[in-house]
Amino acid sequence: MNPNDLRFTKTHEWIAADGTVGISDHAQHEITDVVFVDPPKEGKTFKAEEPACAVESVKAAFDIYAPVAGVVTAANKDVAANPALVNQSPYEKGWLYKLTMTSPSDRDKLMTHAQYQEFLKTATH
Amino acid sequence: MFVPHTEGQKKEMLRTIGVRSFDDLLEGLPKDLIRPPLDLPGSMSEMELVRHMEELAKRDHLAQSYLGAGAYEHFVPTSVWALALRGEFSTAYTPYQAEASQGTLQSIFEFQSMVCNLFEMEAANASLYDGASAAAEACLMAAKHTGRSEVLVPDTVHPQTRQVIETYLKHSGVRLNVLPCRGGVLEPSTVKKVLGAGTAALLVQNPNFFGCLEIHVHELSKLVHEAGALLIASSYPVALGMIVPPGEYGADIAVAEGQPLGLPLGYGGPYVGLFACKMDLIRKTPGRIVGQTVDQEGKRAFVLTLQAREQHIRREKATSNICTNQALCALASTIHMSLLGKEGLRRLADLNFQKAHYLAGELEKRGFPRTFDRPFFNEFAVKCPVPPDRIEELLAREGVLAGLPLGRYFPALKDSLLICVTEIKTRGDMDAFVGLLENVCR
Amino acid sequence: MPITGDRKIVEELIFEQSVSGRAGIPLPSSDVPRTEPETSIPSALRRRAPADWPEVSEPQVIRHYTRLSQLNYCIDTHFYPLGSCTMKHNPKVNDRMAMLPDFSALHPLRPHELSQGVLEILYEVERWLRELCGMDAFTLQPSAGAQGELTGILVARAYHESRGEKRTKVLIPDSAHGTNPASAATAGLEAVTVRSRPDGQVDLDDLRAKLGSDTALFMMTIPGTLGVFEPQVREIVDLVHRAGALMYMDGANLNALIGLLRPGDLGVDVLHVNVHKTFSTPHGGGGPGAGPVGVKKALEPFLPVPRVVKEGHVYRRNLDYPSSIGKVHGFQGNVGILIRTYCYMRLQGAEGFREMSENAILAANYLRAKLAPLFPKMPKGPFMHEVVVSGEGAFANGVRTLDAAKRLLDYGFYAPTVYFPSIVHEAMMIEPTENESRETLDDFAAAMAAIVEESLTTPEKVKTAPHTTPVRRLDEVKAAREPILRYRRD
Repeated sequence: MNPNDLRFTKTHEWIAADGTVGISDHAQHEITDVVFVDPPKEGKTFKAEEPACAVESVKAAFDIYAPVAGVVTAANKDVAANPALVNQSPYEKGWLYKLTMTSPSDRDKLMTHAQYQEFLKTATH
Repeated sequence: MFVPHTEGQKKEMLRTIGVRSFDDLLEGLPKDLIRPPLDLPGSMSEMELVRHMEELAKRDHLAQSYLGAGAYEHFVPTSVWALALRGEFSTAYTPYQAEASQGTLQSIFEFQSMVCNLFEMEAANASLYDGASAAAEACLMAAKHTGRSEVLVPDTVHPQTRQVIETYLKHSGVRLNVLPCRGGVLEPSTVKKVLGAGTAALLVQNPNFFGCLEIHVHELSKLVHEAGALLIASSYPVALGMIVPPGEYGADIAVAEGQPLGLPLGYGGPYVGLFACKMDLIRKTPGRIVGQTVDQEGKRAFVLTLQAREQHIRREKATSNICTNQALCALASTIHMSLLGKEGLRRLADLNFQKAHYLAGELEKRGFPRTFDRPFFNEFAVKCPVPPDRIEELLAREGVLAGLPLGRYFPALKDSLLICVTEIKTRGDMDAFVGLLENVCR
Repeated sequence: MPITGDRKIVEELIFEQSVSGRAGIPLPSSDVPRTEPETSIPSALRRRAPADWPEVSEPQVIRHYTRLSQLNYCIDTHFYPLGSCTMKHNPKVNDRMAMLPDFSALHPLRPHELSQGVLEILYEVERWLRELCGMDAFTLQPSAGAQGELTGILVARAYHESRGEKRTKVLIPDSAHGTNPASAATAGLEAVTVRSRPDGQVDLDDLRAKLGSDTALFMMTIPGTLGVFEPQVREIVDLVHRAGALMYMDGANLNALIGLLRPGDLGVDVLHVNVHKTFSTPHGGGGPGAGPVGVKKALEPFLPVPRVVKEGHVYRRNLDYPSSIGKVHGFQGNVGILIRTYCYMRLQGAEGFREMSENAILAANYLRAKLAPLFPKMPKGPFMHEVVVSGEGAFANGVRTLDAAKRLLDYGFYAPTVYFPSIVHEAMMIEPTENESRETLDDFAAAMAAIVEESLTTPEKVKTAPHTTPVRRLDEVKAAREPILRYRRD
C-alpha cells in the first residue's frame, strides 16, 4: 500500500480506505524488533482510540489503538505467525487487522501521510 | 557488622566526598527523627548465635510425624542442598545479565523441562511462591483467558489453598464457587449443576485433601471442556510417579506444591509453586520464563523471555504482580528430580503407596476403619473411637504426631484423623504407631 | 568453562547426559507385604509411562550443577552493584541455622505447643521489625516484596471499606517499581501515575490534583528510586492524610534507613520490607524471599492469619481475626527465610543496624564522588544508599548504557541496574551496600573510567561486550519470537 493513500493517527496507527489497520514505519522503528502480535478477535467492536491490539518487543509492550470506531472483520494471521513482518513491511504484509468503519468519514479527520510526517517533526517522543 | 572500612578510611572517604562529617550526608532527613532510641538488644557473636539457635531448635524435637495435608516429609538426599546452597547459586540474583547468569538460567530451563515431563504438559514457568498461590494465579489466568467470571473449587481442595484463592480473587471480579462434596470425592453431578456459560474453570486436586484419588477426573475434564471452561489440576508430585498426570486427562493448567521434591518441611516455607500449561496459554502465564536461544557466536544459551507479560514492563496490565520466582527452591527440586530420575520417581511413589497401604490395613484390623472407601496414594482418613484432638495430644507426649484431626476444617468429620505415610517410615515405626493408637483408644 | 567439542555448547543439559537405566540415588526396598496398585487404582487413574526425567548418577549430578554454578556471577565471587536490589553479604551461619534438622523437620500444621522455638523466632522477628520500623504490627506471611505489596494494599482496602468508604485509586509516582501498579491492579484498584520532577522528587501539584476522596493509598518508595531521600516527605504524608488516604511505603530501599530513621515516625501507615535486601537473606537467583508487612494500629485487624501471639510464656498461632483479609500463603510464610532474618537481627543488634545504614550511605556517596568526573549529568546529591547516573554525555561514539553494563562484566563486576528508573535517560543505578571495601569501590570507579575511555578509543570493543563471559550477547529476539521453553528429546 502506498503510504500516501493512508491516514495516520497521533498514536502512529495507519488506516486504509478499506479499513485495514497497521502501524507506521516510524512506529516499527521505535518499537524495534516486534516479537509478538496479539491480534483482536473477529467480530469485536471498538470505539475510536480504544486499545484493539498489542504488539510486543523484547523489552516493551505497546497498545495499538483503533484509529476510528468499527467492527473487526479480519486479523492478519501471517503477522501472528511471523511478527517480523511488522518491521519488514509495515504498510503491506505487516498489516494488523481490518475494520468495518462505523462511519467511514471519521477516517477523513485523521492525518494524511504528509501531515503525519510534519507531526513527527514537531512531536516530542 | 560486616563493614570493612577502618576509621581512617572512613575519614578519607568523607574527605573525597567533600563533607566534614557523616551527618552532612543526612541533610535531607528530618533532624528530630534521626537515630531514634531502639528497645532492642545488642549484637551476638556467631558463636553465641549458634548456641542460642540450637537451643531454640531443640525445644520442639519430636521423633515421628504422620502429618501430611499439603506438606510432606520425604527424604532429601544430602547433595541437594550441598549444591543448592553453593554461594554461586544462592547469592546471585534474578538473571538480568544473562551472560553472567547462565548457571541459574540453564538450571531453570532444566526445571521447566522436568516440570513439563512430570505433568505431561507443554510448557512451564520458572515457578511461583507456593502451591496455593500457583492455584490462585491459575484461577485468575483462566478467568482472563476465557473472559468468564466464576471459578469452581470443590471442598476436596486443601482448605488453606481455598483461602489463598479467596484472597486473590476477592477483588478481581472473579467469583469463587466452593462445591461441597460428600463421600470424599468430587462427583460429576455436582459440577453439572453449576457449570455454565459463566464458568471460567474447575480446579481439582488429585489426590485430594482427604488423600482420595479424584476418580472422575476424565469425566470432569470432558464436562468442563464441553462447557468451554478450563480444567486446572493440582497434583502431589510424588504421587505422579504412580497416578495419571494432568496432561493425560486434558488439564489446561497444572499446578502443584513442589515442596515434596527436595524441600524440607521447614514449618511451611519456603516452598515452590509448580505451574505448567498448554502452549497456547503461555503468553498469559504469570511469572518468569526462561527460553533457549543462541549468543552472537551461535553458542547455545538461555535467557529470560516473553518478558512483555511482566510487571516491570506492563505495570498495571501485567499478567501478575509477581516479580521473582522461588529460584533456589526450584533449583533444589531440579537437583532432586535429577537424582531420582525416571525410574526413581516411579519407585519412590511405589514405596509410599506400599507403606501407606500397609498402615491403613493394620489400622483397619485394629478398629480404625477408613473414613472414605476410595482409592488413595499415601494419605488417608480413619475414623477413631476417641476424639482425634485427644489422640493428637496423647501421642505427642510419646513424641509422635498422629496426623491431622479433620474436625478442624470439616466439623462433620470430627471423628476422623488424616494420616500420611511416606517412604521414611519403616514397618517397625508403623507397628509401634498402631500400638500407641490402640493404647490411647482403649 | 570448556566448550564441549565443537557443538557450541557450554555445558550439556542434564537431559543430554542421560543414559537409559542409570540411577542417581538408591532407594530402600519395601519392608512391608506388597499391595498391587492394580488392585485398588483403576487403570485410567494410573500413570502409563514414567515421567521423562534424566537418568544420571549422583557424581554426574554433582559435577553438572557445580559447573553450572560456576557460570554465575554472585555476591560471593563478584561486586554485584545491582541498584535497588541491595546485594549485600549473606552470612553463611544464617543458612546453617535455618537448615538445622530440628527446624527443617517442623511440619507447618504442628500444634503450637510443639512449635515453641520457631514461634518464638517468628514473634521476635515481628518485634524487631516493629521497633526498627516504628510500626504497630507486622505480618510475616507474604513470600516476597511483591506479595507484600498486594497484602498491604488489600489490608488498606479492607480498612477503608470497614469505615464505609469506597476508595478505588492508588496513586503511584512514575519512578516506582513496576510491581506497585501491578499489585494495585491485582487488588482490584486503579493505579494512577503521579509525575516526578526532573530531580526525582514528587510533583506536589500533580499529587494535589490527583488526591481525592477516591484515593485509597499513595505508594512511595523511601528513599526514592533515584537514591535520594524525598525532602518533601512530611508534606506529602500530610497531604495524603488530609485526603483521608493512607501512606504506603515501598520498603525496597530500607537499607538506607534502618536504625537511622523509622518509617512509622514519618507517618507511614503501611509498609513492606524485603528481607532479602535489608536483612541479608540470600537472593537465591530470584527467590525465595519474604515480604513482611507492617501497619499502624488501626489496620492491624485486617492483617492475614494466622498471627503469632504470646500468652504468658506460650506462643500461639492465632486465627481469630474476623476482619482479616485471609491468607496469602498456603501456610505461615517463608519461615526458613525468616529464621535467617532473625539470625541477622541478632548478629547486628540495635547498634549494628545503625552502622549498617550509615556505611551504606557512605559507600554510595563515595562512589558518587569517584564517578562524578565521568558523568556530566551527575546529580549533586547527597545520595542515600545508591546512586543513579545517566550514560548520556558520558560515553562517546554511540556507546550506550547497556554496552557499558555488558563491558563491566569483562572487568569482573556484575552490572548495575540499567534503564530504571525510566525517568532518567540511559539510567544506571548503582548500589554498593555497606559491605564493599574502599578498594573495591575504587576498582569499580576505575573500570568505569576505563570504559568511558574505551568509548572514545575502541568503541566497538564496548559495543560488542562482554568478551570474557561463558557466552556472549544473546539473541533475545529469537528467544521471544520462537520460544523454546523446554528440552525435547530429538
